[in-house]
Amino acid sequence: MFKTRLARIAPIVLLGCAMLSVPALAEEKSILVQSTTSTANSGLYDDILPIFTAKTGIKVHVVAVGTGQAIKNAQNGDGDVLLVHAKASEEKFVAEGWGVERFDVMYNDFIIVGPAADPAGIAGSKDAAAAMKTIADSKSLFASRGDNSGTHKKEVSLWKDAGVDTAASSGDWYRETGSGMGATLNTAVGMGAYAMTDRGTWISFKNKGDYRIVVEGDDKLFNQYGVILVNPARHPNVKQAEGQAFIDWITGDEGQAAIAAYMLDGQQLFFPNARR
Amino acid sequence: MQDFSASFGLAFQLVLAADPDLLEIIALSLKVSLSAVAIACLIGLPVGTAIAMGRFRGRTATIILLNALMGLPPVVVGLLIYLLLSNAGPLGWMRLLYTPGAMIIAQAVLITPIVAALSREVVEQLHCEYAEQFRSLSVPRSSAAAALLWDARYSLLTVALAGFGRAVAEVGAVIIVGGNIDHLTRVMTTAIALETSKGDLALALALGIVLITLALSVNAAVMALRLTATRYAYA
Repeated sequence: MFKTRLARIAPIVLLGCAMLSVPALAEEKSILVQSTTSTANSGLYDDILPIFTAKTGIKVHVVAVGTGQAIKNAQNGDGDVLLVHAKASEEKFVAEGWGVERFDVMYNDFIIVGPAADPAGIAGSKDAAAAMKTIADSKSLFASRGDNSGTHKKEVSLWKDAGVDTAASSGDWYRETGSGMGATLNTAVGMGAYAMTDRGTWISFKNKGDYRIVVEGDDKLFNQYGVILVNPARHPNVKQAEGQAFIDWITGDEGQAAIAAYMLDGQQLFFPNARR
Repeated sequence: MQDFSASFGLAFQLVLAADPDLLEIIALSLKVSLSAVAIACLIGLPVGTAIAMGRFRGRTATIILLNALMGLPPVVVGLLIYLLLSNAGPLGWMRLLYTPGAMIIAQAVLITPIVAALSREVVEQLHCEYAEQFRSLSVPRSSAAAALLWDARYSLLTVALAGFGRAVAEVGAVIIVGGNIDHLTRVMTTAIALETSKGDLALALALGIVLITLALSVNAAVMALRLTATRYAYA
């Protein structure tokens, strides 16, 4: 009798265990930062955020998506702070009242990477637009993010400078992956295409194959990051005090020093330039 | 193909070292997916049984719909749940977005149709066998349903496992509603997606091997439970 009962109970117990594991969501001091894959993938946050948390007791949760999606999420009030890299879109975000104020945080630069074979023959170029024109003229493959991210917006503006209409060649030599920076680099390496990336992602990227930097050092390739507090007037849920504390810290001496100190493979990935 | 051997080695190292970060991710994966399975069973089993035993207008259409819903695209479910739970959405006040709770909801929505549709199939077959007896003995419908569910319990366990398999392997929905936040909403699949995007393919594959082992362990545990139960039942 006992044994039969055990057999009856067993599946119910299993179900019960699963039910009990529904998480208890603990309240803690924390903020949510909507940010970009390029900063998160580089490992910068893993390095500097613990310093901030140790000082203030505020945990920082980072959602890493493309700049376009990060801005959209912040507009929906799904985040306290926005830290992205598309200045025009950021200023629009603030002008439309979604954000309080925009501050410069740091910069690095974009580069164009390509296979060692260099089919377009642009290696060593310092003129991004001219190099991209050459890629287009020679119909060499180019992998674009195609996801409305900060990197993608910069790339689109460079094609415009080069006078190339990529829309006409989409799917031909111009390949839009519609994914994050790392995924796009994986795709580019896989099909031998050129790609534009931020230097931080490139340095920390591990699947380089025979790829190398072909274009760098053009002033147009400058990549500025900005930080904005989501407007509490629009979204009362925004943790104003904690979010402001984070912005004050990352644009202050301590945060700026932490950014400058972050090295990967002996190279500095981001250069602090908050003006206060 | 250096990556394959490197990945297997790395997977072993990760498991042997019992890296606390990895354990946290594994625990969250299990927590989220098992909770989703439990919710899906609570809803899906009664729904499946009701359709299996019921005779009503539009029954065939309901079954077709239910079967089609088994193929719900995770990314679409993720997007819908995001729009619902977003602070700008109707359920924003619940403050669930970017929490494990949101991930459980998304996975439960994904697999409830699977549990309902498959349990309908299982129970209906059994019901065909038993229907005459139920009628001759005038068994009340609720008792009949309970008897059917009980007698089909082992098949239904497999149904639950199918749901678990889909939930634990899914990435499209949880990465949208969970946000893949370190130490908060990062699960195995989103960690794999992250390492892939970092170009660390060896680590990504190693995590994949751990995930497959995990799914294997859950299935083995259920099978062991079932065998033990059967042994006791007939001892």
